[in-house]
Amino acid sequence: MAGKTLYDKLWESHVVREEADGTCLLYIDRHLMHEVTSPQAFEGLRLAGRKAWRSNSIVANPDHNTPTDHWDRGIEDPISRLQVETLDANIKDFGALVYFPFKHANQGIIHVIGPENGTTLPGMTVVCGDSHTSTHGAFGALAHGIGTSEVEHVLATQTLVAKRSRRMLVKVEGSLSAGVTAKDVALAIIGKIGTAGGTGYAIEFGGSAIRALSMEGRMTLCNMAIEAGARAGLVAPDSKTFAYLDGKRYAPHCDWDRALAYWRTLKSDDDAKFDAVVELDAAKIEPQVTWGTSPEQVLPVGSKVPNPAKEADAQKRAGIERALQYMGLKADTPISEIKIDKVFIGSCTNSRIEDLRAAAKVAKGRKKAASVKQVLVVPGSGQVKRQAEEEGLDKVFTDAGFEWREPGCSMCLAMNADRLAAGERCASTSNRNFEGRQGAGGRTHLVSPEMAAAAAIAGHFVDIRNF
Amino acid sequence: MKPFTQLDGLVCPLDRANVDTDAIIPKQFLKSIKRSGFGPYLFDEWRYADVGEPGMDCTNRPLKKDFVLNQPRYQGAQVLLARDNFGCGSSREHAPWAIEDYGFRVVIAPSFADIFFGNCYKNGILPIVASAEVVDQLFRECAASKGYHLRVDLETQTVRNPAGEWFTFDITPHRKHCLLNGLDEIGLTLQHADEIRAFEEKHRAAQPWLFA
Repeated sequence: MAGKTLYDKLWESHVVREEADGTCLLYIDRHLMHEVTSPQAFEGLRLAGRKAWRSNSIVANPDHNTPTDHWDRGIEDPISRLQVETLDANIKDFGALVYFPFKHANQGIIHVIGPENGTTLPGMTVVCGDSHTSTHGAFGALAHGIGTSEVEHVLATQTLVAKRSRRMLVKVEGSLSAGVTAKDVALAIIGKIGTAGGTGYAIEFGGSAIRALSMEGRMTLCNMAIEAGARAGLVAPDSKTFAYLDGKRYAPHCDWDRALAYWRTLKSDDDAKFDAVVELDAAKIEPQVTWGTSPEQVLPVGSKVPNPAKEADAQKRAGIERALQYMGLKADTPISEIKIDKVFIGSCTNSRIEDLRAAAKVAKGRKKAASVKQVLVVPGSGQVKRQAEEEGLDKVFTDAGFEWREPGCSMCLAMNADRLAAGERCASTSNRNFEGRQGAGGRTHLVSPEMAAAAAIAGHFVDIRNF
Repeated sequence: MKPFTQLDGLVCPLDRANVDTDAIIPKQFLKSIKRSGFGPYLFDEWRYADVGEPGMDCTNRPLKKDFVLNQPRYQGAQVLLARDNFGCGSSREHAPWAIEDYGFRVVIAPSFADIFFGNCYKNGILPIVASAEVVDQLFRECAASKGYHLRVDLETQTVRNPAGEWFTFDITPHRKHCLLNGLDEIGLTLQHADEIRAFEEKHRAAQPWLFA
C-alpha cells in the first residue's frame, strides 16, 4: 500500500464521520475570525437559539475596517465602526480564547496574530471566513478559507461538511538567487500553473528551496496558494517550525515534548502518491511583477508587457486586451519602464518582521522618488510594529519619505481609508491585482517587499538584483 | 434556505474568464452586517458609471449600457452563463448573496473556484459545471436568440435548451438532498452531536494542547 501524504494524515485525523458519497464531518480545532465575515453567522446562531460549541477554539480581532492612522479619532466611517463594534459584542456574548479589540497592543491582521501567538499549531485544522487562511498551512496545519454559512456551522457544531481534496506536490529544488523571495516563488508558481491550476487540490510545497525558507517565507508562500486556486497550502513542519513556536504564548508548554513527538510524524511518506506534481528550478526564478488583473498575469522583471496579437487563443487574447486596457499599459512595454504613483508594503502576505527588514534594507539611506505620491508601510500586527521600532526600521522608512502606519489589512483591499484613486498605479506587496481591489479604478502590480521598496526609490520597477 | 427543484429561466451571458468575487461584489459593500440587500450592487463597478457606496439608492445611478446586466434583453434573467474559474479570489459569501438577491438561481460555467462553489449551495444557488464545448454552444445560442431560456431540473440533474437538447451535470447526493429540500445543514449535523462529542474526547486525550 502506498504511503500517505501530509494532507491525508491531517484529514484522516479529523474525520468525525463519513457518508457513502465521501462527504465528511471534519472536526475543527481553531476558528479564526474577523469583523467582515462573522456578523451574519452570529446572527444566525442567535436566531436559531444556538450556542458556540467550543468558544475557546476562537481567535479573533478586527483588521479589515480598522484605520492605520489617527487612532485617537477612532473609526470615523460609521458603517465600518458598526461592523467592528458588532464583533466586540459577539465575542462578548459567545466567548473566545483570544480577542484583541481595535487599538489593543497586539491587534493586527488575523493571519499574522494567529501564528505569532502560537495559536496556529502543526496538525491542527484551522478555518476562517477568509480565503487567505491558507497562510497557516506553513505550520503543517490543514487550513483553509470558508464562507459565512460555514462560519456559522463551525460555531454551532465545531465541524465542517467537506470532501477530501486531491493532492498536489509543488517541488522547488535548488537555491534562490539573492533578491529572490518567497513572494517571487509564489508568483512564479501561479504564473506556471495559473489561477485555477490548484482548483480542487491541496498543495504541499516541498523541495530544498522550500525547506530553506524561514517561517515568514513559508507563510507568504502558503498565503498565496489560494491565488493558484488551492484552498489549502502546506509545508511539513520541521526544526524551524518548532523553534518558531517554542515559548509562544499559546504553544504547548508542559506537553511540549509529547507535541513535538507527534509533530515530527507530520510529513508525507517517501512512497506517498500525489495526484499531480509540479516542479520548479529555484535557480531559474527571477523577481516577479504582475502586469495584469489576475495574479497569473505575471512575468520576470526583465520582461516586456505581453502583446495580445501574439496570442493565438481568442479568449486569452481578449483577456490580455482587457487587462492592458484596465491597467493603462501598451503591449511590449518593458516592465522596468512602468512608472508608479503609490507603494503599499503590508498585507497578510508580506507584513511580518522579515518583510519589513527586507524593505528597510533597500530603503536605508535613500529617498522615495519625487514622482511617487505615497509609500505606505503597514505592519501586520502590534507585535510586529514594536519589534520593527526596536530595530529602528520605522526611522529608516520615515527618513526615506515612507509613511509608518498602525497595523491592519489597509490597502490590500481598501476597506478602510487607505486606497488608490481611479487610474493610480501601485507597486504592492499584497496578494490580488483584481480590478478595483485597492480602490475603484486603481491599478495594482504585485511584487516582493524588496521590489516594492526599490520601486518607491526609483519611481518605476527595477531589478532588485542590480539595485 | 430556499429549496431548488427546477427552473425554466432566461439566460444572461457573462463572457469573461476568472471573474473574481471582488468584481461580483466590491469590498465597500462588505461592511454590511446583514445577509440581504446586495443585489443592486452585484457587479457594481462593471454595471454603474459612478462609484458605488453602501446604502446608495441605485435606481438613478448612471449605467454602463454595454454591460450585459444592463441590456434590456437580459432583464429578469435567472441563469448566469459564465466562463472558467468563476468566483475566484476572496471567500466572501456576499458574492452568492448578491447573485441570489439579484434573482439568479443557477450559474453555469466550465469551472468554478472551490470556496465560491461551496458557498452557492448554502444559499439555494445551483452551480453547474458543464464542459467547455457545451458552454461554448450555450454562449452561441444565447447570442443568436433573444429570450433564450434553459430548463434546469435538479432531480434528474439535467439542463435542456429550447431545441430539446440536454446535458447532465454532477452533484454530490448530500448537496442534492439539502438543495432539493432547502435543509438547514447545521440541524442535520447536530443530529450527530454525540459522535462529535465522542470524537472530541478522543482528540483531547491524544492532543491535550489543542484544548488549552
